[in-house]
Parts: sequence; C-alpha cells; structure tokens
Amino acid sequence: MYRYDKYDHQMLQDRIAAFRDQTRRFLAGELEPSQFLPLRLQNGLYIQRLAPMLRICIPYGLLSSRQLRKLAHITRHYDKGYAHFTTRQNIQLNWPKLPEVPDILAELAEVEMHAIQTSGNCVRNTTTDQFAGVSPYEIEDARPWCEIIRQWSTFHPEFAHLPRKFKIAVCGTEQDQAATQVHDIGLYLVKNDAGELGFRVLVGGGLGRTPMIGQVIREFLPWQHLLTYLDAILRIYNQEGRRDNKYKARIKILVKELGVDVFRDKVEREWERVKDGPALLTAEEVQRCKQYFVDPAYETLPDVDSEVEHLLHRDVLFNQWMERNVHAHKKPGYRIVTLCLKATGSAPGDLSAEQLEFVADLADRFSFGELRVTHEQNLVLTDVRLKDLPELHRALKQERLATPYTGLLNDIISCPGGDYCSLANAKSIPIAEAIQRRFDDFELQKKIGEITINISGCMNACGHHHVGNIGILGVDKKGQEFYQVALGGSAGRQAALGQVLGPSFSQEEIPDVVEKIIDVYLERRSEGERFIDTFQRIGLEPFKEHVYAKAD
Amino acid sequence: MPKLIDKQGQLLDNPWVLVSKDATLEQALAETSQHLLVHVALWNAHKDELRNSGRAIAVWLDSSDQADAIAADLPALPLVALNFPTFMDGRSYSTAVTLRLHHKYEGEIRAIGDVLRDQLFYMRRCGFSTFDLKDSVKLEDAQKGLHDYTTNYQSTVEEPLPLFRRRETSAAV
Repeated sequence: MYRYDKYDHQMLQDRIAAFRDQTRRFLAGELEPSQFLPLRLQNGLYIQRLAPMLRICIPYGLLSSRQLRKLAHITRHYDKGYAHFTTRQNIQLNWPKLPEVPDILAELAEVEMHAIQTSGNCVRNTTTDQFAGVSPYEIEDARPWCEIIRQWSTFHPEFAHLPRKFKIAVCGTEQDQAATQVHDIGLYLVKNDAGELGFRVLVGGGLGRTPMIGQVIREFLPWQHLLTYLDAILRIYNQEGRRDNKYKARIKILVKELGVDVFRDKVEREWERVKDGPALLTAEEVQRCKQYFVDPAYETLPDVDSEVEHLLHRDVLFNQWMERNVHAHKKPGYRIVTLCLKATGSAPGDLSAEQLEFVADLADRFSFGELRVTHEQNLVLTDVRLKDLPELHRALKQERLATPYTGLLNDIISCPGGDYCSLANAKSIPIAEAIQRRFDDFELQKKIGEITINISGCMNACGHHHVGNIGILGVDKKGQEFYQVALGGSAGRQAALGQVLGPSFSQEEIPDVVEKIIDVYLERRSEGERFIDTFQRIGLEPFKEHVYAKAD
Repeated sequence: MPKLIDKQGQLLDNPWVLVSKDATLEQALAETSQHLLVHVALWNAHKDELRNSGRAIAVWLDSSDQADAIAADLPALPLVALNFPTFMDGRSYSTAVTLRLHHKYEGEIRAIGDVLRDQLFYMRRCGFSTFDLKDSVKLEDAQKGLHDYTTNYQSTVEEPLPLFRRRETSAAV
C-alpha cells in the first residue's frame, strides 16, 4: 500500500496543528459555530444526536493491520470500544469528545491516517472496487490512480468550498463493485484500440434526494490528462453549480439543467486551456505510485487442496462459507475472502475493538497484513492461500465473522440511522435486524440467491437505498417513522435506480413486506434468474399487487 | 478597524473606496476618494465616464461574476477585487485562478467580503495577493493563517509545479 514520505507527513502535521488551533479558538469563543462548522466537517467531525461523530478516512478502502490496531486503540481510549464501517469505505466513531479530537488525529497520523475531507463541501474519499489488484477480471489496478487522485484532491485550494460534496470512484474491474455510475465523477479504466490506457469519464451520478445515473462525457481520456480533466470539471462545477438551494447543489443537477452536451462543451473548453499545463501527469509519477501496489511475495501453489476438498463435502458451514464468502483470485492457489459484518443481531458494519484486533491478527497471519473495506460494509482479506482457508474459517467462526451471507439477502447495507444520526428521519438498524431475523436460514437465502437490500434512514441515502434491489427509505410522517420501499435498483455496470412500490409502511410491517416481495419473485422467476433479472422482466406491478392486496 | 494585508502578512494602506453594487455613476463619483473600486456592472456601463473622471479606477467582481466579463480591460486595471459574500461561497477562488492562468493578469487581486483567517492559505495559493480582513480577524491570527501549510500537492497559481514534479523521491518509502 501507499506509504507516506516527508511531504505527506508534513502536510498531515500541518493539518493537525491547524485543526488543534481551530478547535482551541472555537472552545475559547473566538470562532463562531458557523465559522467552525465547515472546518470541523472537513476534518470529518459532525455534531450528532448524542455526541460528535468522527469519520476517519480509509483511502480507497485499503487498511493495514497496523492501522487497524491503532483504530482499535482509539475506539477503546477515546470512544466506546467499537467502530462503524460506512458505505464510503470509511470508519466512524460515534462517541468522541470534541476537545480530544485533535489528539485522535495525532494518533491517526502515526499510522498515516486522518479524517481529512471525509465530510463537507469538498472532494471526498475516492473509492474503488475492493478487489482492485487481485481480481482475475481486471483491466487495470485502480489503486495507484486512486492515490494520485487522493493527493490531487487533498487540500485542493480551489475546490475546498464547492457548492456541495463531491465523490469520485475509479473502477478497473469488469464487475464494478464500486457503484461507479452513481458518483459525481465515475472513472472506468479502459484501453483504446492502440492498447493505451485511459479513462471513460462519467459525470452527474449520485444518490440523495434526486438520484441519477452518471452520463459519459468522454469515452477515452488518456491517463496523462487525468488531473487536468478533473480540474476542468471541478472548475466548471465550482463556478456554475447552484448555491441557492443545498438540495440542488450537486453536480448532477447542473449537468441535468445544462444538458450533458452543453456541460461537456464547457468542460472541454476549459480543459483546452489547461490540458498541457504543469498538472499533466508524468510517467515517473505514475510509476512512483504503482511501486506501492506491486504484488506481494506470492508463492507458486497448486489451485487445489485436498483438505479443502474434503471439508467441502463434510462440513456444511465451511461449504456455505466457501460458496458465498470466498472469491476467485488472479493467482493460482490464492483466494479473496469476505468477512461479512452482518451477523444477525449486530448493527451492519459495526466491529468492536477486540474484533478489530482479531481481524488485524488474521490479516497478518493470512493476507500479508492488509485488508480492504467494501462499500457493502464488509471487510476483505485479499490474498489468502487456498490451503489456509480451513484454518481461517475456524478462526472466523469464533468471532462470528464467518456468516456465509455475502451477496445474499441478509448482507444488508444500512446507514447508522436514527439511533445515532441527527439527520435521520427514522431508524435503520432495527429494520435490518428484523429482516435478518425473518430470513435467518442459509438454505432459504441460498434459494433466494443474489439480492441486495439497502436501508437509509433519510434522503441523504448513506445506505444507498436507490441502488438496492430492494431499497428501504426512512421517512417522517407527522412525527412517525415510516418506510418507503422501492424495487429494481442496481449498483454495478448496469446501474439502475429503484422504483417506488407505493405508500410507505410502519416499522412492524417491513419484514412481511419483504417476504411478500420475495414470494412474488420465487413464484415468477425463470430458471437461473436473480431477483433483479426477474424484476426487470416482469416489472413493478406484480409486486405491487401482492404487497398491497387486501386481506380477505 | 479594517485591515488590509499582503501575502507576507504586512499591513498595507488602503486608498481604495469600495463603491457598492447598487450605486449609480453619480453616487460613485460623489465619493471624495481619488481611488474608486467599482462593481463590474457599473464599470461596463460607464467605462468612459469612469476613465475620464480623473480618479484611479479599479473593479470588483461578486462571486457570481465571471472573470471573462473584464478580460479586455485587465491590462489597464491596477487592481481586481473578488468578493466572498460568505466564506462558504468558493466561486471567487476559481475566478482568481482564471484571471491568473487564462487572462495572465499580473496586477493585484484582492479578497474582499467575508475574508477569514482559515481560508487565507487557500486564497493565496489561488492567486490572491492582498486580503481585506474582516473586522473580527486578529492580525496575528491572519499572519499565521497565511502559512497554515508548508506545501501542497496540486499545481496552483502560486506554485505551478505540482508536488509530483518537485518531489525528492529519495525521500520515498
């Protein structure tokens, strides 16, 4: 993974000193709350319902065991001993104390971590597919490009006060687990006919109040121009994006109001002026960043293992886990393993300090000391030897991290919701748990097959409900918590937004509603169809009829 | 007490009188100062009268105004001031960059309006050369704010070479 040099360290120390001084001035009454607000947000600090919330950045979801141990220490020392992994591949603390936040940032800096630009109207953490660099289905490793964008976006002086937040995703894999098309800018790594590397550039995707799929503004951007093109897009957005209404301030609204062709013309005109300037990327810089992401010392191994074969036939739990949580790797004899943080009864994405340390040990023992965070709020060990899988499975079972539900119904994506978040209209976690309890049977889930359920406690859509096959949104109806259900959303290469089923439901009704939706699917599906396939074939109506049918 | 400082944090005299956006030509010329800082709309409507008024004239742009609106006049303008109606409104950063990069403007670019301590470094990097600090900002705080960061990653007006073109790679790993 990327390692800091003296410049990276220096900038981080500068930032901590600046924020320490800002916090001091705020607590001394020298800085007004409204003036402190964007400063603390750009350091990841929200003032929440019960306490501040600190969102710590995990650049493109990549973590080392050393960093994980530091996080465990921080949750124990400054918080309540657990942390929450988010859909932005970041991690949140729900109980830090404001005067201690500068100290937390100083501790994070020791392991090359920070909370910079994890909130606020600026460029946020760049995300990518969690299998980047190890997937057998990869065009190009996105991680060095994410790092190049990380550096470009960090403290970019021109773009620190944008109309609204700005999210970029880079994807180099075929399956796209990065929800690339629902980002303000989505970048697909592509090769042209001459075999040269570049990016297909999408703009104007996003979730929130007005969900949209991004549109292509450039089919092929040569890699040298990555940063000049980003500068051009951001400059147009910074100057022309709406600032009169925060709900219309994202770039997607600007692109929609101008039309994608007009927007493209503006960007291209601006780009013409800057494209050959000093921000043009050099081969040396790309090489410098790539050297941090070279393959670890893989062994030459057979792609079969007798103990694994044996257990597959004898151990049902192992078999289920292998089927759902273990994925193909580009190297023979290695596998990618998802640690599903969705055991029924625990909040999706939450891990205790002990579990964080436990996972850090596993990363050291089984996966070259590194791991990834996914936007589905799971963790991934990317480089596990096939022959180590039985031992890893035994270890995971002890900490309830072997739940074999990856990609299945109970692998629910959920924001923290009204239990923690002051923005939320409604709770999310109890909804997730009620659904998980209803379907808590592997054979049933396997029968249902691949499906995504996403829950957001409000329109801000942190749970990405628009792109869930079943999307559940908490809404406020005269002070009561209700839930709107939508069907047919999808986050991959064939991104689609869900369609609202109809009038919303109470919390108690939701498990029944989900069950009815599943019933329709199971009855109507053709051989080999996933939920989303059936939905796309038969449409919303059959689901609507069954869910809202009057009881006789 | 209004405080105008340069990039080094030195206090400067400020002879320029800011003429408000809705002022008429008559109201502008009723000012007794020899240095008038007029909004771009007034400037574009009354260039000749202003040029022949015997006063020194400079122009200010609001955050919604584009640099292109004064492109042709830039060589004759000693000062362009860019307004921050609120410090959260970041449009003037791009306006400053556009003035410097695209229009090659080399005169003074002044930040006016909601100019606070914690944005000074960014303004400086984007090509602002003077800062008309808000009353509440302490001078010594502002002087610190100009130096919040030792360096930066990007290509900026002040430091056109991005870090990746300046980095001593021997320091890596």
